[in-house]
Amino acid sequence: MEITLQVNGKARTVDVDPRISLLDLLRERLGLIGAKKGCDHGQCGACTVLLDGRRALSCLALAVAVEGRAVTTVEGLASGDDLHPLQAAFIEHDAFQCGYCTPGQLCSAAGMLDEPGPSAVTEDLRTDPGLTPDEIRERMSGNLCRCGAYVNIVSAISEVAR
Amino acid sequence: MKTFDYARADSAAEAVRDHAPGTMYLGGGTNLVDLMRLGVAEPDRLVDVSRLPLDRIEQAGDRVRIGATVRNSDLAADPGIRARYPMLARAVLTGASGQVRNVATVAGNLLQRTRCAYFQDVTRPCNKRRPGSGCPAIAGDHTNLAIMGASEACVATHPSDMAVALTALGAEVHVTGTGGDRVIPMPGLHRLPGDEPERDTVLEPGELIVAVELPPPPPGAMVYRKVRERASFAFALVSIAAALDVGADGTVAGCRIALGGLAHVPWRAERAEQALLGGPATGEAFLRAAEAELEQASPLPRNAYKVPLTRNLIVSTLEGLAS
Amino acid sequence: MNRIEGRVKVTGLATYAAEYPVEGLVHAFPVQSQIAKGRIRQVDAAQALAMPGVLAVLSSEDPPELAAAASGELALFQSREVAYRGQLVAAVVADTLDNARAAAAAVRVGYDPDDHDVSLRADHPGLYKPDTVNPGLPTDTEKGDVEAGLAAAATVVEVTYATPVLHNNPMEPHAAIACWDDEGRLLVYDTAQGTTWSRDILARVLGLPADRVRVVSRHVGGGFGSKGTPRPQAVLAALAARAVGRPVKAVLTRQQMFDVTGYRTPTIQRLRLGADAEGRLTALEHVAYEQSSTLEEFAEQTATPTRIMYATPALRTAHRLVRLDVATPSWMRAPGEAPGMYALESAMDELAYAAGMDPIELRVVNEPDTEPHSGLPYSSRDLVGCLREGARRFEWERRDPAPGVRRDGEWLVGTGVAASTYPARRRPSRARAVRREDGDYLVQVAAADIGTGARTALTTIAAGALGVDPDQVHVELGDSDLPAAPVAGGSMGTASWGSAVVRACEELKSDGREGVADTTEEIEGDAQFARHAFGAQFAEVRVSSVTGEVRVSRLLGVFAAGHIIDPQLARSQFIGGMTMGMGMALMEETLTDEEFGGFLRRDLAQYHVPACADVRDVEAVWLDERDVELNPMGSKGIGEIGIVGTAAAIGNAVFHATGHRLRELPITPAKILMSRF
Repeated sequence: MEITLQVNGKARTVDVDPRISLLDLLRERLGLIGAKKGCDHGQCGACTVLLDGRRALSCLALAVAVEGRAVTTVEGLASGDDLHPLQAAFIEHDAFQCGYCTPGQLCSAAGMLDEPGPSAVTEDLRTDPGLTPDEIRERMSGNLCRCGAYVNIVSAISEVAR
Repeated sequence: MKTFDYARADSAAEAVRDHAPGTMYLGGGTNLVDLMRLGVAEPDRLVDVSRLPLDRIEQAGDRVRIGATVRNSDLAADPGIRARYPMLARAVLTGASGQVRNVATVAGNLLQRTRCAYFQDVTRPCNKRRPGSGCPAIAGDHTNLAIMGASEACVATHPSDMAVALTALGAEVHVTGTGGDRVIPMPGLHRLPGDEPERDTVLEPGELIVAVELPPPPPGAMVYRKVRERASFAFALVSIAAALDVGADGTVAGCRIALGGLAHVPWRAERAEQALLGGPATGEAFLRAAEAELEQASPLPRNAYKVPLTRNLIVSTLEGLAS
Repeated sequence: MNRIEGRVKVTGLATYAAEYPVEGLVHAFPVQSQIAKGRIRQVDAAQALAMPGVLAVLSSEDPPELAAAASGELALFQSREVAYRGQLVAAVVADTLDNARAAAAAVRVGYDPDDHDVSLRADHPGLYKPDTVNPGLPTDTEKGDVEAGLAAAATVVEVTYATPVLHNNPMEPHAAIACWDDEGRLLVYDTAQGTTWSRDILARVLGLPADRVRVVSRHVGGGFGSKGTPRPQAVLAALAARAVGRPVKAVLTRQQMFDVTGYRTPTIQRLRLGADAEGRLTALEHVAYEQSSTLEEFAEQTATPTRIMYATPALRTAHRLVRLDVATPSWMRAPGEAPGMYALESAMDELAYAAGMDPIELRVVNEPDTEPHSGLPYSSRDLVGCLREGARRFEWERRDPAPGVRRDGEWLVGTGVAASTYPARRRPSRARAVRREDGDYLVQVAAADIGTGARTALTTIAAGALGVDPDQVHVELGDSDLPAAPVAGGSMGTASWGSAVVRACEELKSDGREGVADTTEEIEGDAQFARHAFGAQFAEVRVSSVTGEVRVSRLLGVFAAGHIIDPQLARSQFIGGMTMGMGMALMEETLTDEEFGGFLRRDLAQYHVPACADVRDVEAVWLDERDVELNPMGSKGIGEIGIVGTAAAIGNAVFHATGHRLRELPITPAKILMSRF
C-alpha cells in the first residue's frame, strides 16, 4: 500500500507492507534510527515519537494506520544546530548512560510538557500542582531506563519545566 | 505476523458492513498490534475504526456519553469526568503509560485481552487462545491470575482499570452490529470463562462498540485504588473502585464496589454491597462485607495472597470513604 | 565534563549495532526449541521457503560449517540435541523483518522429547563441586573450625536465603549485522562489551584467523554483562550472511533475549554465623547452591565476598552446582557479589538483632586487619569510613532499632543498612596515542562504552597524562582493529584501558609523535594485595499494612572506590547500580516453567524493572581514597559496586518496618501479605 505521512516536517510517500510498524518504517525504510526498538510491544517506551504532537509508541502503530499524520522523531526536536531545551538539559544533567532509551525519553518529555495534569499520583485530580518531581516521575514512567538514570532525567526535565 | 488486508472505515455502519469472518476492528492498536506480533491474533483483515467520528464526550441530560474512539488520555483529562466521576479519571490514569493512553481508545480498553503469560505465548497451551489445549497456569504461574469466578478451563484476569470503574458506575455499553443496535449494562459486557474461555465478552461477531454511557454519579464519595509492586506502568495485582454514601444516621445509604485483578471480568462486589446497605458504616461492618464477598474466592497456591489483599483493600478503602 | 557522545545520543544520531546503513541488507529471524530436552527429529522448512521474500532456512538438517572448536551456546545448528526450551534450532533469512518473522513461525520442527529437569534444589542429587568458580577462584575455602566456633558462640544465626533468576535486560536488544567481503573477511557490527574478545571468539567459532574478523561496537545500549561475550545473534548473522551471500541483520526480540543471552543464576544460600558476647564473629559459613546448563559450566562466585569481608577465626565458603535442562547462566552486574552480599548482609543484620547490637557497630567490631581468607593486606579498605559517613547523613543515631513500630497512616516505616564490596582488578590492555598533524592528540584503544562514559573518562585520563586540555584529546574505541583491550566488565574497564592509555601517553610525551603501550608485564609485576572497593548502603522503606506494597523513600550509597576520575559519571554509575539493586530487592524475577521448561514472564510488562516512579530520593557519595597500588590513576572500578548490598539494605529496612524477615527475593506484596496479615 502506498501511504504518505509527514515526518519531521517533510512529506514522505512510501509503499508499505500493511504489517510494518511505524517504528520499523522509520528505522528500516526512512533511515531514521532515532526511535529505538527496545521491546516491540509497548512495554519500554524507547520507540516514543510525537504523533500529531502527542507522544505515542511507534512500535504499536501500524504504518498504514498513521497515514496522513505528522510524526516527529528525536531527529526532529532540535532546530538546526540549536538543541531542544530538553536535549541540552539531558546533556547537562547526565540524564542518560547508554543512550538507548534517550530518544524515547526526550520525545516523551516533549509531549508530556504539553499534556494536562495532574496525573494519578496527585490526590485531588481537580487541582493542578504543576510539574512537581512526583508528577514528572509518574508521567515519565512509560519510559524505562535500565541504566537507572531516572534521578538525572527528572532533574533535567524539572529544569526545562520551570 | 501473518499478512492481512487493511481498510479504514468512515462510519460505524460501513465498518459493520465490512466485517466478515476473520475480520478484526483496529482501534488504537495498543493491544491488538501487540497480540498480532505475538501471533496470538491472526486476522485476515483489519478494519480500522480508530478515525470514526466517535471521539466526543457529550452531556446527554443527566448522563454522559463517551464515544468509542475517545482516547484514554482525553477521557481522563475531561474536566466533567474529573469533577463528577473522579474514580473513572483516576482508573484511566493508573493504566499503562502516557504514551499508551494517548492512543488507546475507550472501546479498545474494554476489549483488551488478558496478560496471562500462557495466553501471550503461542508455543504453550492455553484454552483461551486454543480451545481444548489446556490451562497450564493452574499448575504453573498464576501469581497474578483470578481467585473469583474462574473455571477449570481458565484462570485469566481482565486487565483493564477503566472497566473496573465503569463497572462500579453502572455504565452502559452501546454497540451496533448486523443485527441492529443494543445496549449492554456493566457488569454484563464481560463474561466468566466457564468452558468457553475464548470468549471474553458477550459481543457477537462483528458487533462494534460505539459509545459508553455513564448514568449520573452515585451519591457520596468515590475513589479508585490500584495495587502493584512497581509504582507505575504495571497491571494491577488487585484494584478497587468504590463509592460510599453514608446517611446522616451513620448508616450506609448507598454503596458501589468493583474489583480488578480478581476475575475474568471486572468484578462487581454485589455481596459486599448487599451486606453493607442499611447497616453501620464501621470498620467492623466493612470487614464483614469484605469477608462475605471473599467467601466466593477459590485461590490457587500462588495467588492466595489476593484474599487478604482484597479484604484489606475493601476495608481500608471504605474506611477512607466513610471518614 | 559532560559526556563526549552526549550530543549524538540526544539527537538520535548515535549508531547502535542494528542501525548501520548497509547496502543490500536482509534479515534473519530465529526459530526456538519448544521442548526442554530431547532430539530434533526433523526440521521441515518447505512451507517457510515458499513464503514471500524468504531466501534461506538454516538448521541442523544441513548444519552450517563451524569450527570444531565451536561449542555450547554458540554452536548454532550443529547438533540435533536440545539442551533447553528456547534454544535456537533454526533461522529464516528473508528480505524484510516481517517476512522473516512470519516464515519463522511456519518452520515445522519435530522432536523426540525426553523428560526434563529445570528445578534448582539444595538437595538435588546432581549437585557437584566445580573445579573452580568464576573467574578461576577456588570453589571452597576453609580456615579454622567452623563447628567449634559455632559451639563456642554466644549468638548463632543459621539462615537460608534464596534469589531468583534475574535478567540483565539492557534496553538495546542483542543485535548484529554481518558482512563478508570478497576476500572472505568478516565485518560484524555487534552489541559487544568488548570488541577484541568478541572478535577472537567469533573467529574461533567460525574457524577464521583473528585478523580476518573485525567487530565494531561504537555505541552499546547497555549490557550489564549480557554482552560480555558474543551471543548467538552474532554467529547467526555471520552464518546467514555466508549462506545467502548478502549482509544480514539479526536482532533478537525481547522475549528471545530472555532465552539466549544469559541470566543470573538463581541461588539458594545457607549461612551460619556465630558471635561472642561482644559481637565478634567466632565462625562464618556460606554455602551457595546454583545452576548451569548441560551445554556449559558457568559457576557463579556467589560466596566469594564472604571470604573478604569480616574477621573471623573460622571461615568456610563453598559452591555447589547442578547442571539442568536450562539455558546457560551468565554474567549479570556484580556476578557473585550481588546475590552473595544480599545473603551475607541480610544475615549480618539478623545477627545484629540476635546479639542486640547496632548493625553498623557489629560490622565495625568485625573489621579485619588483613583479608580473612588469604591473610593479604588490603591495598586500601574504608568500609568503616563509609558506614560512619552514611550513618551521619542518614541520622542513624536517632534510629530506634525496634522493628515494626513506626507508622505513617497505613504505612510502616523502616531503615536498613548493608555493606557493599567489589574487587578492584585490572587486566592487560594495549593502547596507542599519537600527535595529529593539527596538534591534537588521538588515543586509540579497543575499549567499549556501554553507557559507563568510557570515552569521556579515557579522555580525562589521557588529557591528565599528557598535561593538555581535554578538548585536544580524541578517543577512538569500540573497534577490534584498534589496540587490543579487555571487555567492559568486572568493573575493570577503566582501570585496564586507563593504565594502557596513561603508559601510551607517557611514551608519546617522551617520543613527541607516538606512544604505544601494552600493560601485560606491568600487571604481572603488581604486588600482592587484596584489592577491593567497599561501600555502605542505607535504605528507608515504607510498607503498606493494607496492600503489602513496598516503596523505597530513600537510598544512600557511600563508597570508597579509589580515586574518582569523573564525579558526574561516577555518580550516575553508582545511582544506576543502586536503582538496579532496588529492582532486585522488590520486583525482578524470571520464573522457570517447571512443566514445559524455559522461562515465563519473558517481557518487560511481566519482568518488572524499576520505573521512574519507583526512584525517588537516591543519592551516592564517596570518600576519595589514595591507593597507589592499583594503577596509574589510583582508581577502583565503580560499575558494579552500586548494586551490591542494595537488596540487603532494603530487605533489612523491610524487617525494621514490619518485624518480618523475608528471605527470598524479590520482596513482593504477596510475600509481605502472606507473612504478616
